[in-house]
Amino acid sequence: MSATFVGMPAFPTAARAALGDTQLRRNMAHATHTIREKRAAVVAEVEDWEDLRLAGAGVKEAALRDLATHLETLEASLTRAGATVHWARDAEEACAIVARITHAHGVDEVVKVKSMATAEIGLNEALEAEGIAAWETDLAELIVQLGDDLPSHILVPAIHRNRAEIREIFRRRMGDVGRAAPGGLTDDPTALAGAAREHLREKFLGAKVAVSGANFAVADSGTLVVVESEGNGRMCLTLPEVLISVVGIEKVVATWSDLDPMLRLLPRSSTGERMNPYTSTWSGVTPGDGPQEVHVVLLDNGRTRALADDVGRQALRCIRCSACLNVCPVYERTGGHAYGSVYPGPIGAILNPLLRGVEDEQTASLPYASSLCGACFEVCPVRIDIPSVLVDQRAAVVDSHRDDRVPKAEAVAMKAAAWAFSDSRRLAWAEKASGLGGRVLRRFGRTTLPGGRAAAGRLPGPGAGWTGARDLPAPPEESFRAWWDRTGGGQSEGGHS
Amino acid sequence: MSARDDILRRVREALDGVSPAVEVPPAPRAPDRGDLVALFVERVEDYRAVVTRCTAAGLGGAVADALDGRSSVVPPGLDLEVVGSLVDDGLTAVELDAIDAVVTRAAVGIAETGTIVMDHQPDQGRRAISLVPDLHVCIVDAVQVVADVPDAIALLDPARPLTWISGPSATSDIELDRVEGVHGPRTLHVVLVG
Repeated sequence: MSATFVGMPAFPTAARAALGDTQLRRNMAHATHTIREKRAAVVAEVEDWEDLRLAGAGVKEAALRDLATHLETLEASLTRAGATVHWARDAEEACAIVARITHAHGVDEVVKVKSMATAEIGLNEALEAEGIAAWETDLAELIVQLGDDLPSHILVPAIHRNRAEIREIFRRRMGDVGRAAPGGLTDDPTALAGAAREHLREKFLGAKVAVSGANFAVADSGTLVVVESEGNGRMCLTLPEVLISVVGIEKVVATWSDLDPMLRLLPRSSTGERMNPYTSTWSGVTPGDGPQEVHVVLLDNGRTRALADDVGRQALRCIRCSACLNVCPVYERTGGHAYGSVYPGPIGAILNPLLRGVEDEQTASLPYASSLCGACFEVCPVRIDIPSVLVDQRAAVVDSHRDDRVPKAEAVAMKAAAWAFSDSRRLAWAEKASGLGGRVLRRFGRTTLPGGRAAAGRLPGPGAGWTGARDLPAPPEESFRAWWDRTGGGQSEGGHS
Repeated sequence: MSARDDILRRVREALDGVSPAVEVPPAPRAPDRGDLVALFVERVEDYRAVVTRCTAAGLGGAVADALDGRSSVVPPGLDLEVVGSLVDDGLTAVELDAIDAVVTRAAVGIAETGTIVMDHQPDQGRRAISLVPDLHVCIVDAVQVVADVPDAIALLDPARPLTWISGPSATSDIELDRVEGVHGPRTLHVVLVG
């Protein structure tokens, strides 16, 4: 796969391009509305859903607040159960560990269970550079991989593709990397799923090494949990001789019983089901059953950076359900690619800057990719207050520019406003100037806001940054203070001057 | 410094001054739903799995009907004679792929979610045998059915490998519409005893 998010433009630029793609917008609207309705129906079935959310948030928050203890417990439990534990500070270290284990078994291909952690670290590309082919086995990941495409959703990475596009990808590409799509393949989803079954079965039956992630890692029992639908996860976790699981350190929960609220919250929030078709749990090696060599790579890659952020820490509670993507009015319209990361949508808009910092322009644009409507917080099964973290990350972006030699137009405007607001005479002067500006705008502005107020569509020069994404209402010709002075507080005459 | 020590140091530094004490409210329990077995059947069928109910005496016949002459494999500890069935003695994945069906027991049934949990004891067999064949005939005893997920968690031993099964293999990856039948058994036939 050569497609990459590296070098993606900042969100406003990427979003503008995405908004012009009518096919994409149709696909996204259909898919997000379908899943929203399904989720709402199964959530409504649970009478104490809000209490369940509180329990889920509590389990994850408690695990994070004492993470070092739980990680040491997890390591000890896993080792006792026969697994080998590795630690990786960053993507490069994690990829190197997986490549080394694979090479040690003399194979040049691995089968993969869908995993956000391995997508985040670019494992497939790193393995390819080492001469190892990584076959994605989740249907949506397969569509993305065969289409030389990028993921656009956490749960359904090919959400931006419709059935006709998927049929074309299968017909064109399956034969290049294995069993070809059957002749006469239609765009019926059942037929497409059948083609994926045939294509991947030979890979499952022959695979020696599998790579997975984990939805949860239970510290006290040393248990890893993978939640899935298709059975590709079971295939990868069961049939190969060697299993390597790359697990973010934030996936830890303290005890086996902590899984209860999580396994009730996740399927209803993600696929809108009472329970997902398959959940596999395993603790190290089981003699005579499944992989006899089990590795677990515990991954930091920015998680400790997020952990140190008092407001942002809660983002590490995320269980990657995608409910926030599905309800987000911004995500629904732009799709996932505009976010330039394997983590798109509202959670991506906070997780990327928390994991990586806001030094690069693309990541710094993400906290602004939101109207702060709050729908994401409403649906989050672990109660991540995404709007608050977005606002806090916007502050972090502003702070990162405080020492810039050339200040941003916004900073200049804020300084000017502070100067004007601090003195009543200056304010009166500014209001007069603004009234004049309003007349000019009314003359040249082509836009009218609801209620009839004139507005400027797109301004040239330094105002473009503001008006590129929103209309600028024309200022009133007379300020409230000027009106009060003129009319004695409405005593004499109330109309415009 | 090793990566391990470095990461643990970063974690401790990140949480310096943060209290580890968090109040975790207990997870609420589902209200009493009455007849658990009836709810279990309804919820399993909702996933488009097939459910047959029978008595202990009628189990052999119910399983034979479910298999309908297909070739099958059974785990070595199955307490039921399945005529013509192969007993698993470590069959390879390729050998299993040539067999139509598998017959197993289960560990727990969950009514609220219509889920069957296998803990792969000898009456259920290795994970591979209930995965590769296309039809899974799973025998669940009515007394194994519990109300909800927390009841199942309390009964299950995390040291054992577990497979939670809710209906046949499925995907929602094409336009988020659910389609049954991808890599796991495309047909799940639950035989409920009692």
